[in-house]
Amino acid sequence: MEAIVVDELQKQYGRVRALQGVTFAVRAGEVFGLLGPNGAGKSTTVKVLATLTKPDSGRAEVAGYDVVRDPNAVRRAIGYVPQSSGVDRDATGRENLMLQGRVQGMGGRTLEARVAELLELLGLAEAADRVVRGYSGGMKRRLDVGLGLVHRPQVLFLDEPTTGLDPEARASMWEELERLAEGESLTILLTTHYMEEADELADRLAIVSRGRVVVEGTPEQLKQSLRGEAVEVELADGRGSEAEAVVAALEGVLEASIDGRRLRSRVASGARAIPFILSALEAEGISVESVTTHRPSLDDVYLHYTGREFAAEDEQGRSVGGGRR
Amino acid sequence: MTLAIRHTWFMVGRQLRNLMREPIWIALLLVQPMVWLLLYGQLFKRVTHLPGGGFGTTSYITFLAPAIVIMNAFFGATWSGMAMISDLDRDVLPRFLATPVSRISLVVSQILRSALIAVIQGAIILLVSLALGVRVHTALIGWVVVLVAAALMNAAFAGLSQGIALLVRKEATMIAIANFIGLPLFFLSTTLISIRQIPHWMRIAAKFNPVNWGVISAREVVLRGTDWASVGLHLGLLFALSVATAAFATWTFRAYQRTI
Repeated sequence: MEAIVVDELQKQYGRVRALQGVTFAVRAGEVFGLLGPNGAGKSTTVKVLATLTKPDSGRAEVAGYDVVRDPNAVRRAIGYVPQSSGVDRDATGRENLMLQGRVQGMGGRTLEARVAELLELLGLAEAADRVVRGYSGGMKRRLDVGLGLVHRPQVLFLDEPTTGLDPEARASMWEELERLAEGESLTILLTTHYMEEADELADRLAIVSRGRVVVEGTPEQLKQSLRGEAVEVELADGRGSEAEAVVAALEGVLEASIDGRRLRSRVASGARAIPFILSALEAEGISVESVTTHRPSLDDVYLHYTGREFAAEDEQGRSVGGGRR
Repeated sequence: MTLAIRHTWFMVGRQLRNLMREPIWIALLLVQPMVWLLLYGQLFKRVTHLPGGGFGTTSYITFLAPAIVIMNAFFGATWSGMAMISDLDRDVLPRFLATPVSRISLVVSQILRSALIAVIQGAIILLVSLALGVRVHTALIGWVVVLVAAALMNAAFAGLSQGIALLVRKEATMIAIANFIGLPLFFLSTTLISIRQIPHWMRIAAKFNPVNWGVISAREVVLRGTDWASVGLHLGLLFALSVATAAFATWTFRAYQRTI
Protein backbone atom coordinates (compact mmCIF):
# COMPACT_ATOMS: atom_id res chain seq x y z
CA MET A 1 0.00 0.00 0.00
CA GLU A 2 1.29 3.39 -0.93
CA ALA A 3 0.62 6.23 1.51
CA ILE A 4 1.96 8.99 -0.70
CA VAL A 5 2.13 9.07 -4.48
CA VAL A 6 3.72 12.07 -6.14
CA ASP A 7 3.68 12.19 -9.90
CA GLU A 8 5.40 14.85 -12.02
CA LEU A 9 4.58 17.82 -9.77
CA GLN A 10 5.31 21.22 -11.24
CA LYS A 11 4.98 24.55 -9.50
CA GLN A 12 6.17 27.99 -10.41
CA TYR A 13 6.27 31.13 -8.22
CA GLY A 14 6.48 34.07 -10.59
CA ARG A 15 9.57 33.22 -12.58
CA VAL A 16 11.03 30.80 -10.06
CA ARG A 17 10.41 27.19 -10.99
CA ALA A 18 10.17 25.63 -7.54
CA LEU A 19 9.12 22.15 -8.69
CA GLN A 20 10.08 20.78 -12.07
CA GLY A 21 8.53 17.35 -12.15
CA VAL A 22 8.93 15.85 -8.69
CA THR A 23 8.07 12.15 -8.64
CA PHE A 24 8.31 9.63 -5.81
CA ALA A 25 6.22 7.24 -3.76
CA VAL A 26 6.16 6.40 -0.07
CA ARG A 27 4.90 3.09 1.28
CA ALA A 28 2.59 2.98 4.29
CA GLY A 29 4.49 2.74 7.55
CA GLU A 30 7.70 4.02 6.06
CA VAL A 31 9.87 6.94 7.19
CA PHE A 32 10.80 8.74 4.00
CA GLY A 33 13.30 11.57 3.81
CA LEU A 34 13.47 14.39 1.31
CA LEU A 35 17.05 15.56 1.39
CA GLY A 36 18.37 18.58 -0.41
CA PRO A 37 19.85 22.07 -0.14
CA ASN A 38 17.74 25.09 0.78
CA GLY A 39 15.56 26.14 -2.10
CA ALA A 40 15.63 22.70 -3.74
CA GLY A 41 11.85 22.35 -3.55
CA LYS A 42 11.44 20.19 -0.44
CA SER A 43 9.18 22.57 1.45
CA THR A 44 7.13 23.35 -1.64
CA THR A 45 6.56 19.63 -2.17
CA VAL A 46 5.39 19.24 1.41
CA LYS A 47 3.10 22.27 1.09
CA VAL A 48 1.47 20.71 -1.94
CA LEU A 49 1.01 17.41 -0.09
CA ALA A 50 -0.39 19.19 2.98
CA THR A 51 -2.93 20.99 0.70
CA LEU A 52 -1.52 24.42 1.54
CA THR A 53 -0.79 25.18 -2.07
CA LYS A 54 -1.85 23.75 -5.41
CA PRO A 55 0.54 22.43 -8.02
CA ASP A 56 0.50 23.93 -11.52
CA SER A 57 0.47 20.44 -12.97
CA GLY A 58 1.06 16.86 -11.94
CA ARG A 59 -0.79 14.74 -9.44
CA ALA A 60 -0.39 13.86 -5.78
CA GLU A 61 -2.26 11.48 -3.54
CA VAL A 62 -2.01 11.21 0.21
CA ALA A 63 -3.65 8.34 2.07
CA GLY A 64 -5.51 7.53 -1.12
CA TYR A 65 -7.01 11.01 -1.60
CA ASP A 66 -6.14 13.47 -4.34
CA VAL A 67 -4.69 16.65 -2.78
CA VAL A 68 -6.41 18.96 -5.26
CA ARG A 69 -9.78 17.26 -5.67
CA ASP A 70 -10.31 16.12 -2.11
CA PRO A 71 -8.30 18.45 0.13
CA ASN A 72 -10.49 18.07 3.23
CA ALA A 73 -10.14 14.29 3.22
CA VAL A 74 -6.37 14.74 2.98
CA ARG A 75 -6.42 17.26 5.84
CA ARG A 76 -8.19 14.78 8.11
CA ALA A 77 -5.64 12.09 7.28
CA ILE A 78 -2.47 14.10 7.81
CA GLY A 79 -0.51 15.93 10.44
CA TYR A 80 1.62 18.84 9.29
CA VAL A 81 4.52 20.29 11.25
CA PRO A 82 5.66 23.50 9.54
CA GLN A 83 9.26 24.60 9.24
CA SER A 84 9.05 27.33 11.86
CA SER A 85 7.07 26.60 14.98
CA GLY A 86 3.34 27.00 14.40
CA VAL A 87 2.33 26.89 18.07
CA ASP A 88 0.24 29.60 19.65
CA ARG A 89 2.76 31.11 22.03
CA ASP A 90 0.19 32.83 24.21
CA ALA A 91 -1.62 29.60 25.01
CA THR A 92 -0.51 26.64 27.15
CA GLY A 93 0.70 23.39 25.65
CA ARG A 94 -2.53 21.66 26.59
CA GLU A 95 -4.71 24.43 25.15
CA ASN A 96 -2.78 24.26 21.89
CA LEU A 97 -3.37 20.52 21.62
CA MET A 98 -7.04 20.74 22.62
CA LEU A 99 -7.82 23.36 19.97
CA GLN A 100 -6.00 21.38 17.30
CA GLY A 101 -8.01 18.29 18.24
CA ARG A 102 -11.30 20.21 18.13
CA VAL A 103 -10.77 21.56 14.63
CA GLN A 104 -9.95 18.00 13.64
CA GLY A 105 -13.40 17.02 14.87
CA MET A 106 -12.45 15.45 18.19
CA GLY A 107 -13.97 16.34 21.53
CA GLY A 108 -14.93 15.30 25.02
CA ARG A 109 -13.09 12.64 26.98
CA THR A 110 -11.50 11.05 23.92
CA LEU A 111 -9.71 14.29 23.16
CA GLU A 112 -8.73 14.97 26.75
CA ALA A 113 -7.27 11.49 27.08
CA ARG A 114 -5.41 11.75 23.79
CA VAL A 115 -3.93 15.12 24.75
CA ALA A 116 -2.80 13.78 28.12
CA GLU A 117 -1.25 10.78 26.41
CA LEU A 118 0.65 12.94 23.92
CA LEU A 119 1.91 15.32 26.59
CA GLU A 120 3.26 12.31 28.45
CA LEU A 121 4.74 10.79 25.31
CA LEU A 122 6.50 14.01 24.32
CA GLY A 123 7.84 14.68 27.80
CA LEU A 124 5.70 17.79 28.19
CA ALA A 125 3.40 16.60 30.96
CA GLU A 126 4.94 18.86 33.58
CA ALA A 127 4.90 21.92 31.35
CA ALA A 128 1.43 21.17 29.98
CA ASP A 129 -0.34 24.02 31.71
CA ARG A 130 2.37 26.60 31.26
CA VAL A 131 2.19 29.22 28.52
CA VAL A 132 4.31 28.19 25.53
CA ARG A 133 6.19 31.49 25.54
CA GLY A 134 8.33 30.06 28.33
CA TYR A 135 9.15 26.76 26.58
CA SER A 136 12.64 25.97 25.31
CA GLY A 137 13.21 25.55 21.57
CA GLY A 138 13.18 21.77 21.89
CA MET A 139 9.98 21.74 23.93
CA LYS A 140 8.24 24.00 21.42
CA ARG A 141 9.30 21.72 18.59
CA ARG A 142 8.04 18.64 20.43
CA LEU A 143 4.72 20.39 20.94
CA ASP A 144 4.66 21.12 17.21
CA VAL A 145 5.01 17.41 16.56
CA GLY A 146 2.24 16.76 19.08
CA LEU A 147 -0.07 19.15 17.23
CA GLY A 148 0.51 17.10 14.11
CA LEU A 149 -0.39 13.89 15.93
CA VAL A 150 -3.47 14.71 18.02
CA HIS A 151 -6.01 13.20 15.67
CA ARG A 152 -3.96 10.04 15.01
CA PRO A 153 -3.19 10.84 11.37
CA GLN A 154 -2.06 8.21 8.91
CA VAL A 155 0.64 10.42 7.47
CA LEU A 156 2.82 12.95 9.25
CA PHE A 157 4.74 15.67 7.42
CA LEU A 158 7.75 17.09 9.21
CA ASP A 159 9.32 20.08 7.52
CA GLU A 160 12.87 20.45 8.85
CA PRO A 161 11.96 19.11 12.30
CA THR A 162 15.30 19.82 13.95
CA THR A 163 16.48 23.00 12.27
CA GLY A 164 17.44 25.54 14.89
CA LEU A 165 17.74 23.00 17.70
CA ASP A 166 20.95 22.51 19.64
CA PRO A 167 22.68 19.11 19.22
CA GLU A 168 21.27 17.74 22.45
CA ALA A 169 17.69 18.69 21.61
CA ARG A 170 18.21 17.31 18.12
CA ALA A 171 19.35 13.93 19.41
CA SER A 172 16.37 13.67 21.76
CA MET A 173 14.03 14.69 18.94
CA TRP A 174 15.43 11.87 16.83
CA GLU A 175 14.73 9.39 19.60
CA GLU A 176 11.23 10.81 19.95
CA LEU A 177 10.53 10.46 16.25
CA GLU A 178 11.88 6.94 16.06
CA ARG A 179 9.63 5.90 18.91
CA LEU A 180 6.63 7.55 17.31
CA ALA A 181 7.25 5.95 13.94
CA GLU A 182 7.08 2.56 15.63
CA GLY A 183 4.42 3.18 18.26
CA GLU A 184 1.87 5.08 16.19
CA SER A 185 2.22 3.03 12.98
CA LEU A 186 2.63 6.19 11.02
CA THR A 187 3.94 7.04 7.61
CA ILE A 188 6.37 9.93 8.04
CA LEU A 189 7.67 12.23 5.35
CA LEU A 190 10.43 14.47 6.61
CA THR A 191 12.50 17.09 4.89
CA THR A 192 15.97 17.91 6.06
CA HIS A 193 19.28 19.27 4.90
CA TYR A 194 21.17 17.34 7.56
CA MET A 195 22.74 14.22 6.09
CA GLU A 196 23.07 12.68 9.53
CA GLU A 197 19.38 13.13 10.19
CA ALA A 198 18.35 11.45 6.95
CA ASP A 199 20.80 8.61 7.58
CA GLU A 200 19.54 8.11 11.12
CA LEU A 201 15.80 8.36 10.60
CA ALA A 202 14.85 7.56 7.04
CA ASP A 203 14.09 4.06 5.78
CA ARG A 204 14.35 5.46 2.31
CA LEU A 205 15.16 8.85 0.94
CA ALA A 206 15.11 10.96 -2.15
CA ILE A 207 17.69 13.61 -2.88
CA VAL A 208 16.02 16.71 -4.29
CA SER A 209 17.87 19.33 -6.24
CA ARG A 210 16.50 22.22 -8.27
CA GLY A 211 12.93 21.07 -8.15
CA ARG A 212 13.59 17.45 -9.09
CA VAL A 213 14.28 14.13 -7.43
CA VAL A 214 17.77 13.21 -8.58
CA VAL A 215 18.09 9.87 -6.85
CA GLU A 216 16.04 7.66 -4.56
CA GLY A 217 16.82 4.64 -2.39
CA THR A 218 17.73 3.43 1.09
CA PRO A 219 20.71 5.23 2.65
CA GLU A 220 22.69 1.97 2.22
CA GLN A 221 21.81 1.62 -1.45
CA LEU A 222 22.76 5.21 -2.11
CA LYS A 223 26.13 4.84 -0.42
CA GLN A 224 26.84 1.62 -2.29
CA SER A 225 25.88 3.23 -5.58
CA LEU A 226 29.07 5.24 -5.35
CA ARG A 227 32.08 3.23 -6.41
CA GLY A 228 35.42 3.56 -4.71
CA GLU A 229 36.43 5.39 -1.58
CA ALA A 230 36.22 8.90 -0.28
CA VAL A 231 39.46 10.76 0.44
CA GLU A 232 39.31 13.87 2.53
CA VAL A 233 42.29 16.24 2.56
CA GLU A 234 42.43 19.09 5.00
CA LEU A 235 44.44 21.97 3.58
CA ALA A 236 46.74 24.08 5.71
CA ASP A 237 45.97 27.29 3.82
CA GLY A 238 43.11 28.71 1.81
CA ARG A 239 44.07 27.82 -1.76
CA GLY A 240 41.00 25.62 -2.07
CA SER A 241 39.89 26.10 -5.65
CA GLU A 242 43.45 25.61 -6.94
CA ALA A 243 43.77 22.38 -4.97
CA GLU A 244 40.42 21.22 -6.29
CA ALA A 245 41.53 21.74 -9.89
CA VAL A 246 44.81 19.93 -9.31
CA VAL A 247 43.22 16.90 -7.70
CA ALA A 248 40.28 16.71 -10.10
CA ALA A 249 42.73 16.43 -13.03
CA LEU A 250 44.53 13.40 -11.57
CA GLU A 251 43.98 9.97 -13.00
CA GLY A 252 41.92 7.69 -10.79
CA VAL A 253 40.06 10.60 -9.19
CA LEU A 254 36.34 10.31 -9.97
CA GLU A 255 35.31 13.65 -8.57
CA ALA A 256 36.58 16.37 -6.27
CA SER A 257 34.98 19.28 -4.53
CA ILE A 258 36.09 21.85 -2.02
CA ASP A 259 34.22 22.81 1.12
CA GLY A 260 36.10 25.52 3.01
CA ARG A 261 39.53 24.05 3.71
CA ARG A 262 38.30 20.52 3.23
CA LEU A 263 38.93 18.91 -0.12
CA ARG A 264 36.67 15.94 -0.66
CA SER A 265 37.35 13.55 -3.47
CA ARG A 266 36.23 10.14 -4.50
CA VAL A 267 38.78 7.76 -5.92
CA ALA A 268 38.85 4.19 -7.22
CA SER A 269 41.31 3.12 -4.54
CA GLY A 270 42.38 5.21 -1.58
CA ALA A 271 45.66 3.47 -0.94
CA ARG A 272 46.78 4.00 -4.50
CA ALA A 273 45.49 7.55 -4.97
CA ILE A 274 46.67 9.19 -1.77
CA PRO A 275 50.41 9.34 -2.68
CA PHE A 276 49.53 10.87 -6.07
CA ILE A 277 47.21 13.43 -4.50
CA LEU A 278 49.77 14.46 -1.92
CA SER A 279 52.66 14.77 -4.33
CA ALA A 280 50.55 16.71 -6.84
CA LEU A 281 49.54 19.17 -4.12
CA GLU A 282 53.11 19.44 -2.89
CA ALA A 283 54.32 20.17 -6.42
CA GLU A 284 51.98 23.16 -6.45
CA GLY A 285 53.26 24.25 -3.06
CA ILE A 286 49.93 23.60 -1.33
CA SER A 287 50.51 22.27 2.16
CA VAL A 288 48.31 19.65 3.75
CA GLU A 289 47.20 19.29 7.34
CA SER A 290 45.71 15.80 7.33
CA VAL A 291 44.35 13.06 5.10
CA THR A 292 41.60 10.58 5.85
CA THR A 293 39.90 7.94 3.81
CA HIS A 294 36.56 6.23 4.35
CA ARG A 295 33.73 4.41 2.60
CA PRO A 296 31.47 6.88 0.80
CA SER A 297 29.08 8.50 3.30
CA LEU A 298 25.75 10.10 2.60
CA ASP A 299 27.63 13.39 2.33
CA ASP A 300 29.49 12.02 -0.65
CA VAL A 301 26.28 10.74 -2.19
CA TYR A 302 24.75 14.15 -1.73
CA LEU A 303 27.69 16.01 -3.23
CA HIS A 304 27.85 13.56 -6.09
CA TYR A 305 24.22 13.91 -7.10
CA THR A 306 23.51 17.55 -6.35
CA GLY A 307 26.84 18.54 -7.90
CA ARG A 308 26.09 16.69 -11.11
CA GLU A 309 22.62 18.08 -11.18
CA PHE A 310 23.87 21.66 -10.96
CA ALA A 311 26.03 21.15 -14.02
CA ALA A 312 23.26 19.49 -16.02
CA GLU A 313 20.85 22.21 -14.98
CA ASP A 314 23.11 24.97 -16.26
CA GLU A 315 23.35 23.43 -19.69
CA GLN A 316 19.63 22.93 -19.85
CA GLY A 317 19.00 26.46 -18.63
CA ARG A 318 21.03 27.83 -21.48
CA SER A 319 19.33 25.82 -24.19
CA VAL A 320 15.76 26.10 -22.89
CA GLY A 321 15.37 29.26 -20.86
CA GLY A 322 17.80 31.45 -22.74
CA GLY A 323 18.43 34.33 -20.32
CA ARG A 324 17.11 33.69 -16.87
CA ARG A 325 19.14 36.54 -15.43
CA MET B 1 -22.45 26.29 7.99
CA THR B 2 -22.83 24.77 11.45
CA LEU B 3 -19.24 23.64 11.15
CA ALA B 4 -18.14 27.20 10.35
CA ILE B 5 -19.99 28.48 13.42
CA ARG B 6 -18.48 25.79 15.64
CA HIS B 7 -14.99 26.53 14.42
CA THR B 8 -15.53 30.27 14.82
CA TRP B 9 -16.56 29.58 18.40
CA PHE B 10 -13.32 27.60 19.01
CA MET B 11 -11.21 30.32 17.45
CA VAL B 12 -12.88 33.17 19.34
CA GLY B 13 -12.36 31.06 22.47
CA ARG B 14 -8.66 30.91 21.72
CA GLN B 15 -8.45 34.66 21.19
CA LEU B 16 -10.35 35.58 24.34
CA ARG B 17 -8.46 33.12 26.50
CA ASN B 18 -5.19 34.61 25.35
CA LEU B 19 -6.56 38.10 25.96
CA MET B 20 -7.78 37.24 29.46
CA ARG B 21 -4.32 36.02 30.25
CA GLU B 22 -3.17 39.60 29.86
CA PRO B 23 -6.18 41.76 30.73
CA ILE B 24 -3.75 44.60 31.39
CA TRP B 25 -4.05 45.31 27.68
CA ILE B 26 -7.67 46.30 27.93
CA ALA B 27 -6.69 48.78 30.64
CA LEU B 28 -3.75 50.14 28.64
CA LEU B 29 -5.91 50.59 25.59
CA LEU B 30 -8.28 52.67 27.70
CA VAL B 31 -5.69 55.30 28.55
CA GLN B 32 -6.20 57.22 25.34
CA PRO B 33 -10.01 57.47 25.48
CA MET B 34 -9.75 58.51 29.13
CA VAL B 35 -7.42 61.32 28.16
CA TRP B 36 -9.95 62.54 25.62
CA LEU B 37 -12.83 62.22 28.04
CA LEU B 38 -11.17 63.69 31.13
CA LEU B 39 -8.65 66.19 29.76
CA TYR B 40 -10.02 67.20 26.39
CA GLY B 41 -13.56 67.20 27.77
CA GLN B 42 -12.52 69.62 30.53
CA LEU B 43 -10.33 71.76 28.28
CA PHE B 44 -13.14 72.46 25.81
CA LYS B 45 -16.11 72.29 28.16
CA ARG B 46 -17.20 75.78 27.10
CA VAL B 47 -17.66 74.94 23.42
CA THR B 48 -21.29 74.05 23.99
CA HIS B 49 -21.91 77.75 24.55
CA LEU B 50 -20.62 78.70 21.10
CA PRO B 51 -23.04 80.75 19.00
CA GLY B 52 -24.81 78.45 16.55
CA GLY B 53 -24.84 75.66 19.13
CA GLY B 54 -26.12 72.37 17.81
CA PHE B 55 -24.77 70.33 20.72
CA GLY B 56 -28.18 69.38 22.10
CA THR B 57 -26.85 69.72 25.66
CA THR B 58 -24.87 72.22 27.70
CA SER B 59 -22.70 69.47 29.17
CA TYR B 60 -19.82 68.92 26.77
CA ILE B 61 -18.85 65.67 28.43
CA THR B 62 -22.36 64.30 27.83
CA PHE B 63 -21.96 65.26 24.17
CA LEU B 64 -18.48 63.76 24.04
CA ALA B 65 -18.84 60.47 25.97
CA PRO B 66 -20.83 58.38 23.44
CA ALA B 67 -18.57 59.61 20.64
CA ILE B 68 -15.47 58.57 22.60
CA VAL B 69 -16.90 55.05 22.87
CA ILE B 70 -17.21 55.05 19.08
CA MET B 71 -13.77 56.60 18.56
CA ASN B 72 -12.22 53.95 20.75
CA ALA B 73 -14.01 51.19 18.85
CA PHE B 74 -12.90 52.69 15.54
CA PHE B 75 -9.22 53.06 16.40
CA GLY B 76 -9.15 49.61 17.94
CA ALA B 77 -10.50 48.22 14.68
CA THR B 78 -7.86 49.88 12.52
CA TRP B 79 -5.20 48.02 14.53
CA SER B 80 -6.93 44.67 14.68
CA GLY B 81 -5.11 43.30 11.63
CA MET B 82 -1.91 43.18 13.69
CA ALA B 83 -3.08 39.95 15.34
CA MET B 84 -3.52 38.36 11.91
CA ILE B 85 -0.01 39.41 10.90
CA SER B 86 1.38 37.92 14.09
CA ASP B 87 -0.38 34.60 13.32
CA LEU B 88 1.03 34.73 9.80
CA ASP B 89 4.55 35.50 10.95
CA ARG B 90 4.53 32.68 13.48
CA ASP B 91 3.21 30.04 11.08
CA VAL B 92 0.10 29.57 13.21
CA LEU B 93 -2.09 30.20 10.18
CA PRO B 94 -0.36 27.69 7.87
CA ARG B 95 -0.67 25.09 10.60
CA PHE B 96 -4.43 25.63 10.79
CA LEU B 97 -4.73 25.65 7.01
CA ALA B 98 -3.44 22.09 6.87
CA THR B 99 -6.46 21.04 8.98
CA PRO B 100 -10.12 20.88 7.90
CA VAL B 101 -10.81 24.06 9.90
CA SER B 102 -13.40 26.32 8.31
CA ARG B 103 -11.49 29.01 6.44
CA ILE B 104 -14.07 31.66 7.19
CA SER B 105 -13.78 31.03 10.92
CA LEU B 106 -10.14 32.11 10.84
CA VAL B 107 -11.14 35.56 9.55
CA VAL B 108 -14.45 36.02 11.32
CA SER B 109 -13.03 35.08 14.71
CA GLN B 110 -10.51 37.91 14.42
CA ILE B 111 -13.29 40.40 13.68
CA LEU B 112 -15.44 39.11 16.55
CA ARG B 113 -12.55 39.31 18.98
CA SER B 114 -11.88 42.87 17.97
CA ALA B 115 -15.55 43.86 18.28
CA LEU B 116 -15.86 42.20 21.66
CA ILE B 117 -12.91 44.13 23.01
CA ALA B 118 -14.53 47.34 21.73
CA VAL B 119 -17.71 46.47 23.63
CA ILE B 120 -15.86 45.74 26.87
CA GLN B 121 -13.93 48.98 26.60
CA GLY B 122 -17.10 50.85 25.64
CA ALA B 123 -18.85 49.62 28.78
CA ILE B 124 -15.92 50.79 30.91
CA ILE B 125 -15.94 54.23 29.26
CA LEU B 126 -19.68 54.50 29.85
CA LEU B 127 -19.27 53.60 33.51
CA VAL B 128 -16.60 56.27 33.95
CA SER B 129 -18.86 58.76 32.15
CA LEU B 130 -21.67 57.86 34.50
CA ALA B 131 -19.42 58.67 37.42
CA LEU B 132 -18.64 62.01 35.78
CA GLY B 133 -22.31 62.86 35.68
CA VAL B 134 -23.22 61.82 32.17
CA ARG B 135 -26.79 60.53 31.97
CA VAL B 136 -27.97 58.36 29.12
CA HIS B 137 -31.33 59.84 28.22
CA THR B 138 -32.88 56.61 26.97
CA ALA B 139 -31.55 54.68 29.96
CA LEU B 140 -30.80 50.98 29.59
CA ILE B 141 -31.84 50.68 25.96
CA GLY B 142 -29.51 53.60 25.25
CA TRP B 143 -26.59 51.74 26.80
CA VAL B 144 -27.33 48.77 24.63
CA VAL B 145 -27.53 50.91 21.49
CA VAL B 146 -24.22 52.64 22.25
CA LEU B 147 -22.52 49.28 22.70
CA VAL B 148 -24.12 47.81 19.58
CA ALA B 149 -22.95 50.87 17.65
CA ALA B 150 -19.45 50.34 19.07
CA ALA B 151 -19.50 46.68 18.02
CA LEU B 152 -20.65 47.47 14.48
CA MET B 153 -18.27 50.42 14.19
CA ASN B 154 -15.45 48.13 15.16
CA ALA B 155 -16.51 45.18 13.03
CA ALA B 156 -16.83 47.37 9.93
CA PHE B 157 -13.22 48.50 10.15
CA ALA B 158 -11.84 45.30 11.66
CA GLY B 159 -12.91 43.53 8.46
CA LEU B 160 -11.05 46.13 6.45
CA SER B 161 -8.01 45.88 8.71
CA GLN B 162 -7.93 42.07 8.47
CA GLY B 163 -8.14 42.31 4.69
CA ILE B 164 -5.31 44.82 4.53
CA ALA B 165 -3.22 42.70 6.90
CA LEU B 166 -3.62 39.72 4.59
CA LEU B 167 -2.65 41.81 1.60
CA VAL B 168 0.40 43.65 3.00
CA ARG B 169 1.56 41.06 5.61
CA LYS B 170 4.01 43.52 7.17
CA GLU B 171 3.64 45.25 10.51
CA ALA B 172 5.29 48.50 9.43
CA THR B 173 3.03 48.87 6.37
CA MET B 174 0.03 47.98 8.50
CA ILE B 175 0.84 50.75 11.00
CA ALA B 176 1.23 53.29 8.21
CA ILE B 177 -2.10 52.35 6.65
CA ALA B 178 -3.89 52.37 10.02
CA ASN B 179 -2.74 55.94 10.63
CA PHE B 180 -3.54 56.95 7.10
CA ILE B 181 -7.13 55.76 7.45
CA GLY B 182 -7.64 56.53 11.12
CA LEU B 183 -6.88 60.19 11.65
CA PRO B 184 -8.65 61.69 8.60
CA LEU B 185 -11.85 59.74 9.25
CA PHE B 186 -11.72 60.73 12.90
CA PHE B 187 -11.38 64.44 12.17
CA LEU B 188 -13.96 64.34 9.40
CA SER B 189 -16.58 63.31 11.93
CA THR B 190 -18.60 65.10 14.59
CA THR B 191 -16.85 63.20 17.37
CA LEU B 192 -15.51 66.36 19.01
CA ILE B 193 -17.84 69.07 17.84
CA SER B 194 -21.38 69.64 16.62
CA ILE B 195 -22.16 69.46 12.94
CA ARG B 196 -23.26 73.12 12.93
CA GLN B 197 -19.81 74.27 13.96
CA ILE B 198 -17.83 72.73 11.11
CA PRO B 199 -17.19 74.02 7.55
CA HIS B 200 -19.71 73.19 4.87
CA TRP B 201 -17.51 70.77 2.91
CA MET B 202 -16.72 68.83 6.05
CA ARG B 203 -20.44 68.44 6.78
CA ILE B 204 -20.85 66.79 3.42
CA ALA B 205 -17.82 64.56 3.96
CA ALA B 206 -19.10 63.62 7.42
CA LYS B 207 -22.36 62.42 5.90
CA PHE B 208 -20.49 59.71 4.01
CA ASN B 209 -18.06 58.95 6.81
CA PRO B 210 -18.85 55.63 8.57
CA VAL B 211 -17.23 56.92 11.75
CA ASN B 212 -19.85 59.62 11.82
CA TRP B 213 -22.62 57.05 11.37
CA GLY B 214 -21.45 55.44 14.58
CA VAL B 215 -21.18 58.77 16.38
CA ILE B 216 -24.71 59.78 15.36
CA SER B 217 -26.26 56.45 16.48
CA ALA B 218 -24.53 56.55 19.84
CA ARG B 219 -25.11 60.23 20.51
CA GLU B 220 -28.79 60.23 19.57
CA VAL B 221 -29.67 57.83 22.37
CA VAL B 222 -27.64 59.69 24.98
CA LEU B 223 -29.06 63.15 24.30
CA ARG B 224 -32.65 64.33 24.60
CA GLY B 225 -35.01 64.13 21.62
CA THR B 226 -33.74 60.83 20.26
CA ASP B 227 -34.42 60.41 16.53
CA TRP B 228 -34.91 56.66 16.38
CA ALA B 229 -35.23 56.59 12.61
CA SER B 230 -31.77 58.13 12.31
CA VAL B 231 -30.39 55.65 14.86
CA GLY B 232 -31.85 52.75 12.90
CA LEU B 233 -30.63 54.06 9.57
CA HIS B 234 -27.07 54.61 10.74
CA LEU B 235 -26.84 51.30 12.57
CA GLY B 236 -28.16 49.66 9.40
CA LEU B 237 -25.50 51.37 7.31
CA LEU B 238 -22.80 50.21 9.71
CA PHE B 239 -24.14 46.69 9.60
CA ALA B 240 -24.09 46.67 5.80
CA LEU B 241 -20.53 47.98 5.83
CA SER B 242 -19.52 45.26 8.32
CA VAL B 243 -20.88 42.57 6.03
CA ALA B 244 -19.07 44.10 3.06
CA THR B 245 -15.70 44.36 4.80
CA ALA B 246 -16.03 40.85 6.23
CA ALA B 247 -16.58 39.65 2.67
CA PHE B 248 -13.52 41.64 1.60
CA ALA B 249 -11.43 40.03 4.37
CA THR B 250 -12.60 36.57 3.30
CA TRP B 251 -11.70 37.36 -0.28
CA THR B 252 -8.19 38.50 0.68
CA PHE B 253 -7.84 35.32 2.70
CA ARG B 254 -8.37 33.32 -0.47
CA ALA B 255 -5.86 35.51 -2.24
CA TYR B 256 -3.37 34.86 0.55
CA GLN B 257 -3.85 31.09 0.23
CA ARG B 258 -3.04 31.28 -3.45
CA THR B 259 0.35 32.84 -2.73
CA ILE B 260 1.61 30.24 -0.25
